[in-house]
Amino acid sequence: MSEPQDPRQAFFIGRRSDGTAVQRPLSPHLQVYDMLQVTSLLSILHRITGVLWSAGALLLVWWLAALASGEAAFALVQGFLGSFAGVILLFGLTAAAWYHTLAGIRHLAWDAGWGFSLPEVRRSGLAVVAGTVVLTLLTFAAALILW
Amino acid sequence: MATFTLPRNSTIGEGRTFKAPPGATRVKTFRIYRWDPDRGDNPRLDSYEVDLDSCGPMVLDALIKIKNEIDSTLTFRRSCREGICGSCAMNIDGLNTLACLKPIEDVKGDVRIYPLPHMPVIKDLVPDLRQAYAQYRSIEPWLKADTPPPPDEERRQSKEERARLDGLWECILCFCCSTSCPSYWWNGDRYLGPAVLMAAYRWIADSRDEYTGERLDALEDPFRLYRCHTIMNCTRTCPKGLNPAQAIAKIKQLMVERQG
Repeated sequence: MSEPQDPRQAFFIGRRSDGTAVQRPLSPHLQVYDMLQVTSLLSILHRITGVLWSAGALLLVWWLAALASGEAAFALVQGFLGSFAGVILLFGLTAAAWYHTLAGIRHLAWDAGWGFSLPEVRRSGLAVVAGTVVLTLLTFAAALILW
Repeated sequence: MATFTLPRNSTIGEGRTFKAPPGATRVKTFRIYRWDPDRGDNPRLDSYEVDLDSCGPMVLDALIKIKNEIDSTLTFRRSCREGICGSCAMNIDGLNTLACLKPIEDVKGDVRIYPLPHMPVIKDLVPDLRQAYAQYRSIEPWLKADTPPPPDEERRQSKEERARLDGLWECILCFCCSTSCPSYWWNGDRYLGPAVLMAAYRWIADSRDEYTGERLDALEDPFRLYRCHTIMNCTRTCPKGLNPAQAIAKIKQLMVERQG
C-alpha cells in the first residue's frame, strides 16, 4: 500500500449480508469514460504538448552547446536535424509548440471569464486544432523558403 | 496520486446473457455493470436483451423493466423519473447522465451502463457518495448572515441580484459532473469537485449572504479549488444543462479581484 492516507479508502470497506467486511471495487473511469470528446482530449493534449515542448528545449540546448564547442560537434547536430528522423522530430515539436501556445491562449480567455458555453468551447477547441495545423505547415513552408 | 488502471479487485469480467423473448422484433442489448458484495468475486458485465416494443423510451424505463421482468437482483437508485431527484445518475454510453433523462434511441449499438466513475461501489450501479456529501457539507451550503432579517419580512433581493443565482440553484447534486472530472478522479480526496464548487459559488453569489470573504478564504487552497484545470467535462456532461466550469472560473476571478 504505497499510497497512505487517502481518506477515501474508508469508503471502500463494505459489508456482506452476514455482516463480514468486504473490499468494495472502484468503479471504472478511464476504462469506460468517453475521453475522446473535445473537452478532455484537448485538455490532456495541452499537458502532453507542454511536456514535449519542454523536452524539446533540450534539443535547442544541444544545438547551442554544439555551436559553441566546435565545427565537428555542430556538424553532427546539423546532420541529425537534417536527417529524415530529425525533420520528423522538428515537425512534431513545432506542432506541439503551436498547439500549446494556442491552447494556452484559450485558457487565458477562460481565466478572463470568456467562452464557457458548450458551443463556444467546441468552436474554440476546433479553432485551436485547425490553427495548429495551419501554423505548423506555415512554419515549415517559411523554413523551407528561407533555407 | 493518479492511478490510471483499476485495482485488481475492480477489473471487470464477462457476465451472463439474458436472451430476448422469442418473437421480439426491436431488440436492444443493455450491458450493465454488476457487483454483489455477497459473491466475493470481481465485477462483471451482464447483457440483457430488451424488446423495445414493450419498453418505455428512457434508459431508466429499460432498467426498471429488467428489474421487474428479467432479473430482480439488478440494483440501482431511482426515484422521481423526471430529472429532479438526481438518484439515477450513472455512466451511460461513456458519459455521466440521469438514466431517466437519457433516451434509449440516442445510444448507437449496445447500451453500456456503469456506476458513476471512480467511486466505491456499494452494489451494481449504486456508488458510495459519502465523500461527496461530506465535501458538500464542508462548504456550509446555507445562508450565513449576522444582520437579522427585517422584522416580519424576508431578506429582499433585487431582480438582478436574484438573477445571479440562475444556473446555480438548479443543481440537484447528482454528482454526474464531479465524477466526470479527471481532476476529481485523481485528487478527489482534497479537490472539492465541480458540483460542490458550484454550490459554494451559489452562496458566494447570493446578495443576502454576508460571509463571502470567509467562503473565499476557505476555498483559497491549491487543492480544494485550484485542481480545476478547466477540462470542461463537467459542463459537457451535466444532465441539467448547467455550467459548473463557469461557476468555478468566477470563484477564481473573485480570488484575483479581492487581491486588489
